[in-house]
Amino acid sequence: MKKVHVTTNVNGDQVEFLADPRETLLDCLRNHLDLTGTKEGCGTGDCGACSVTLDGTLVCSCLVLGVEAEGKKIETIEGMASDGELHPLQRKFIEHAALQCGFCTPGILVAAKSLLDTNPDPSESEIRFWLAGNLCRCTGYDKIVRAVQDAAAEMRGAA
Amino acid sequence: MHNFDFVKPASIADAVKALSSDGAQALSGGQTLLPTMKQRLAAPAVLVSLTGIAEMKGVCRGDGGLHVGAATTHATVAKEAAAHYPALAALAGGIGDPAVRNRGTIGGSIANNDPAACYPAGVLGSGATVVTSKRKIAADDFFQGLFSTALDEGEIVTEVRFPIPEKAAYVKFQQPASRFALTGVFVAKFGTGVRVAVTGAGQGGVFRWTEAEAALSRSFAPGAVDGLSLSGDDMISDLHGSAAYRANLVKVLTGRAVAAAG
Repeated sequence: MKKVHVTTNVNGDQVEFLADPRETLLDCLRNHLDLTGTKEGCGTGDCGACSVTLDGTLVCSCLVLGVEAEGKKIETIEGMASDGELHPLQRKFIEHAALQCGFCTPGILVAAKSLLDTNPDPSESEIRFWLAGNLCRCTGYDKIVRAVQDAAAEMRGAA
Repeated sequence: MHNFDFVKPASIADAVKALSSDGAQALSGGQTLLPTMKQRLAAPAVLVSLTGIAEMKGVCRGDGGLHVGAATTHATVAKEAAAHYPALAALAGGIGDPAVRNRGTIGGSIANNDPAACYPAGVLGSGATVVTSKRKIAADDFFQGLFSTALDEGEIVTEVRFPIPEKAAYVKFQQPASRFALTGVFVAKFGTGVRVAVTGAGQGGVFRWTEAEAALSRSFAPGAVDGLSLSGDDMISDLHGSAAYRANLVKVLTGRAVAAAG
């Protein structure tokens, strides 16, 4: 079927690609733009490994068509560290050992950042409810929640 | 996914035109349709995206209530309906997870009419009016059984108009992994009477529990439904809960919803 020319902004860069309408935003990020930090877990919106933000809102990129990205602003895990400095969330995930195999980590970091962007001081249950769409089969979530709390405290200047 | 062509009209009129072609299917938030297409359970020839139609988005006060554009996401309803119709906002804010709420829409949810979805209970329980590309349909006539509605081929839900009740609440017993309603009950008290809509339980999808409506119209108190019993005969039975269990949940959750409505 007819391919569609898509122009969009990813992590601050204007990019363009030719998308088959069947390709999801996840496919386009990974296969056309070589941004492989965003992972495919389930492909059905259950696991959150493919989390990115689209015009500032958290989405599963496996459940958004690539052609729908036209004219939008996308942020992925690749845009999280800046000038070689890890984002506080990334640092705290390492400090707290909040990852084991690491496959879910990019999605969880993007989701957690999206929470802290709007709520700089979330309670533990707010963090757990917000991350409900991000599955981790290694850590048992506790270290993830603590890492997010610690990063939030540091970003507020409270730590 | 099977091959398809993609179009993204900017108006309802253009969307209706695009949907008149063979094998065309409307795409709203895509949180159900895209997984369904990936599983090849749906294979539209043309996918008509409704996400670029500005006139179908947003929440505003209108004639006799709250008007919600059909392409409005759950996250937006959760935020923007809160000051006008808190029970509806709470329902929208409890659907799925943040990513689902940022893409999924009210129009997509009710057009799909999943038997365990939350919105059908809110729309039927409120006695809302479903506005489509060609007519207005009362909620009582809109939902017609599992995954089926009064919508004709190519007809699009454009808006849902909610009368605002004096008191209302939605309580769901959620399936913990999917956060769909294992059973959910929406209760709304109007000057003219009480409406009780149940999702997640009925084999025919969302339904009104008329005995509870009558009892609650006499006395709007959690205990008013204590003496009622609901048969499990027409209830869903699956590995998450038997029909009898769901019938009991309907009664328990109705009481809780009344208590929550205050």
